[in-house]
Amino acid sequence: MSGPLTLRNIVAAALLVALALLPVYSQFSHNVFLLTLFTRIVILAMAAVSLNLILGFGGMMSFGHAVYLGIGGYAVGILAFEGVRSGFVQWPAALLASALFALVIGALSLRTRGVYFIMITLAFAQMAYYVIAGLARYGGDDGLTIQQRSQFVAPLNLTDKTQFYYVCLALLFASLYLVWRLVNSRFGLVVQGARSNDTRMRAIGFPTYRYKLVCFVIAGTLCGLAGALLANHTDFVSPAMMYWTRSGDLIIMVVLGGMGSVIGPVFGAVALLVLEEVLSGITEYWQIILGPLLLLVVLFARGGIDGLLGKVRS
Amino acid sequence: MSDPLLQTENLAKRFGGIVATDDVTLAIAPGELHAIIGPNGAGKTTLIAQLSGQLTPDAGRIRFAGHDISALPVHRRSHLGLARSFQITSLFLDLSVLDNVALAVQARAGHSFHFWRNARRERDLREPARAALARVGLEARANLPASALSHGEHRQLELAMALAGNPRMLLLDEPMAGLGPEESARMVAMLRELKKELTILLVEHDMEAVFALADRITVLVYGRVIASGVPADIRANAQVRDAYLGEAEHG
Repeated sequence: MSGPLTLRNIVAAALLVALALLPVYSQFSHNVFLLTLFTRIVILAMAAVSLNLILGFGGMMSFGHAVYLGIGGYAVGILAFEGVRSGFVQWPAALLASALFALVIGALSLRTRGVYFIMITLAFAQMAYYVIAGLARYGGDDGLTIQQRSQFVAPLNLTDKTQFYYVCLALLFASLYLVWRLVNSRFGLVVQGARSNDTRMRAIGFPTYRYKLVCFVIAGTLCGLAGALLANHTDFVSPAMMYWTRSGDLIIMVVLGGMGSVIGPVFGAVALLVLEEVLSGITEYWQIILGPLLLLVVLFARGGIDGLLGKVRS
Repeated sequence: MSDPLLQTENLAKRFGGIVATDDVTLAIAPGELHAIIGPNGAGKTTLIAQLSGQLTPDAGRIRFAGHDISALPVHRRSHLGLARSFQITSLFLDLSVLDNVALAVQARAGHSFHFWRNARRERDLREPARAALARVGLEARANLPASALSHGEHRQLELAMALAGNPRMLLLDEPMAGLGPEESARMVAMLRELKKELTILLVEHDMEAVFALADRITVLVYGRVIASGVPADIRANAQVRDAYLGEAEHG
């Protein structure tokens, strides 16, 4: 997010402007489906941005990040089911619940490294998945329908598709700004130093565990907010929100878009979900096309879309 | 001789049956460049690791600037002004050269739970980092990623990181390792400049460099001090010649 008119910055700015103008287009073309699709894209982009904070900047390969989508979503769903409809209660509850979850998961899993870290984050997420699937009162496996979206004060009405889209988009922009500030702060440099050479960081006097744990909790909390949005978007929550394949989708978005670039995951989320939409319109077996595409990115474009755009200039 | 800046008393460290440091007593005066030499496996790196706090000695004490630091963790020792460089270059390769040094400055500037202000624009971090880079002659490379530097430049960067916190004393673990003759000469010149301002403990295999720089030399063999004195005495010491120097000169 620095520097002047590079191709990458132009594309990033164009994408953000296009996202901001999308409801206008959808209004004129009477294409409601487009708005619904992009609301989903914006929400999942936010989740990917939060994952990138730990994966791209912190080098923490969490394979259970979708668990916070589920925790945030179920915080909204369960409160709505129990008659608490105020967003002023639901959303902070979603943030708090996912923060606490991230604290527990992070505190334990950050003691491990490499493959063990991947496995333990996955294990925690799957554990949460089965616990939620076992909650008979809240629909168990079948999930839970949300009768009414989160209630805020007068002019703000989340049932209005356009309003809801703009709320999601504003929160995505806020997340990008937050991550951008974080990664350039002293805190962010410590986290990136730990990704680069944890041993040396400890040798020069940084207790890296604490910094990584705080980073892990911030990322989880942010993803929990995305979960609260997703629950409102679909008017429904189910354990599938936090299934491990969803965590995999988020990783794909980050890798495809560009790890360690603030805007990268937004590129990744748009590209993946639009491709998925287009390809599944062409053939039922769209994954056969998507798979090799991803392989090519991993093999030949390590910096993802962001890296490709950056290279074109030089 | 004034009070020593760094002092060890009967320091001992063993790993299982191997005695790595055996009853080592050293006194290094302020302003002195004190070299530690000895054949491979003499326990030089183990000694530095105990002085800087990566390893805890089994017995004995370490005093620095009047404090007993035997039990202090690494970061507390570096706060007191004792900095070390590493034998095996251990940098943040994907960060910029300046970021590497700025992190070393930041390490000594209290906790880093500052989430908002752009650390790359904080003069408190960047200015001392640039100054340290200038001292080792790397200021022109400040904005390159550390991975783009040559091996010799990595050693210079390593030194800049040790200098970044304005230490009183440097512990240098083989700063010439792997350097070509030209780079070695440059490093010797740099250390000669630094010794005007700092107390330095130098572990080094390059005898030419050691005898060119050192005020005093201590010879370790199997973890034990077999001689300690000014370079001329060490050169003349028969025991040292037997144990080490002769062998090195022939090989």
